[in-house]
Amino acid sequence: MNLLNQVKFLIRKEIVLEWRSKYAFNGILLYVVSTVFVCFLAFKSIQPITWNALFWIIMLFASVNAITKSFVQENRGRQLYYYTIASPQAIIISKIIYNILLMLLLSVIALAFYSLVFKNPVGDPLFYFISVLLGSISFATVFTMISGIASKAHNSGALMAILSFPVIIPLLIVLIKLSKNAMDGLDRSVSMDEIGVLGGINVIVIAVSLILFPYLWRE
Amino acid sequence: MTKNWWKIIASVLVLYSIIGGLLIEVPSLPILHESIRNLYFHVPMWFTMIILYLVSVIYSIKYLSSGNENDDLLAVESVNAGIIFGFLGLLTGMIWANYTWGDPWPNDPKLNSAAISTLMYMAYLVLRNSLEEEQKRARISAIYNIFAFPVMIVLLFILPRMTDSLHPGNGGNPGFGGYDLDDNMRWVFYPACLGWIMLGVWIATLRYRIRKLENSQLDS
Repeated sequence: MNLLNQVKFLIRKEIVLEWRSKYAFNGILLYVVSTVFVCFLAFKSIQPITWNALFWIIMLFASVNAITKSFVQENRGRQLYYYTIASPQAIIISKIIYNILLMLLLSVIALAFYSLVFKNPVGDPLFYFISVLLGSISFATVFTMISGIASKAHNSGALMAILSFPVIIPLLIVLIKLSKNAMDGLDRSVSMDEIGVLGGINVIVIAVSLILFPYLWRE
Repeated sequence: MTKNWWKIIASVLVLYSIIGGLLIEVPSLPILHESIRNLYFHVPMWFTMIILYLVSVIYSIKYLSSGNENDDLLAVESVNAGIIFGFLGLLTGMIWANYTWGDPWPNDPKLNSAAISTLMYMAYLVLRNSLEEEQKRARISAIYNIFAFPVMIVLLFILPRMTDSLHPGNGGNPGFGGYDLDDNMRWVFYPACLGWIMLGVWIATLRYRIRKLENSQLDS
């Protein structure tokens, strides 16, 4: 089996597994919705700048929780089995793509619910939406590799937060700036720098993940 | 003696930069005044930190390809020494900022980036402590170290250049070298950088040798 087939096969496996249980996705969805609701009850009315920051904080915690599972949920026996049938590159690529799909779906639902509960004028809704999609892709690429690293340690839940937050902060800074520009309805050409940096970081992270994952996998 | 010449040079250069840095004449500039002398202490700390982290990443890569335990020890001790220099850099910067910008922690992208990158390397040390088996610890922390390094580069060198910053050389500001550094200062600044970098490497190698001795005692 070549790499492309392996990746396709593994992604289908992830989706089928998720579809059968629907445990992870529903859990995370409920997590996001209840967090938004808690924030709504706590804040009531909100400044635009806080609105934006709060949304990204909710997304940050939701995505950490969603992606931590991607390696932890699989037991050693099953991992050994994958090791015999697929190349490590195929495994990390399939995990990244699956997490991107999961995060895209999650962020769309979260954004819809969040703007339903908190009414806030957004200057350029389409561009804001694009920045949210870019953000969810970036979260997925960074957290996939880190969850792989954290899953090797004992206390992986706490470790995941410690390891991932400093790494995600630069992305988060750029994302908040990008979405703030969209919120203020600035001209789209202003934000091209940010999109370039986001794309650059994502490419670097995926490349480094591809190189490093075989070492992480070997045990 | 043949092996230790650079340690002597390091001590001489650092001593020279302290004495020269405090005595040799500096240009009198508005706002900065005499505090410009802090340049000899604040900036070399960051250079040393970057060099030590770079050394650490190189040895992490070497560890992944060789599996030699000593490479891992060198990587972690470089990070340990680098974190010390990171804290010293923050401290000298805060003192300087307090007198020139009026606030020890102004909301400056470079400051925040430096603090975050220090957090990142502290997370590396926490990760090491959470893994007990030695080879696994070495391998996984090496992976995290290599993974974190490009992010640190983005954090320290790219993001601060995109926004307004109080630091020279960022956000469209002219670099320090362009206007403020006269020849007198160059004669102190460059030796200071070189001296502190060598001192940092010296500290890292000392710690590495202590760790190696401890390990060999454990084995026997």
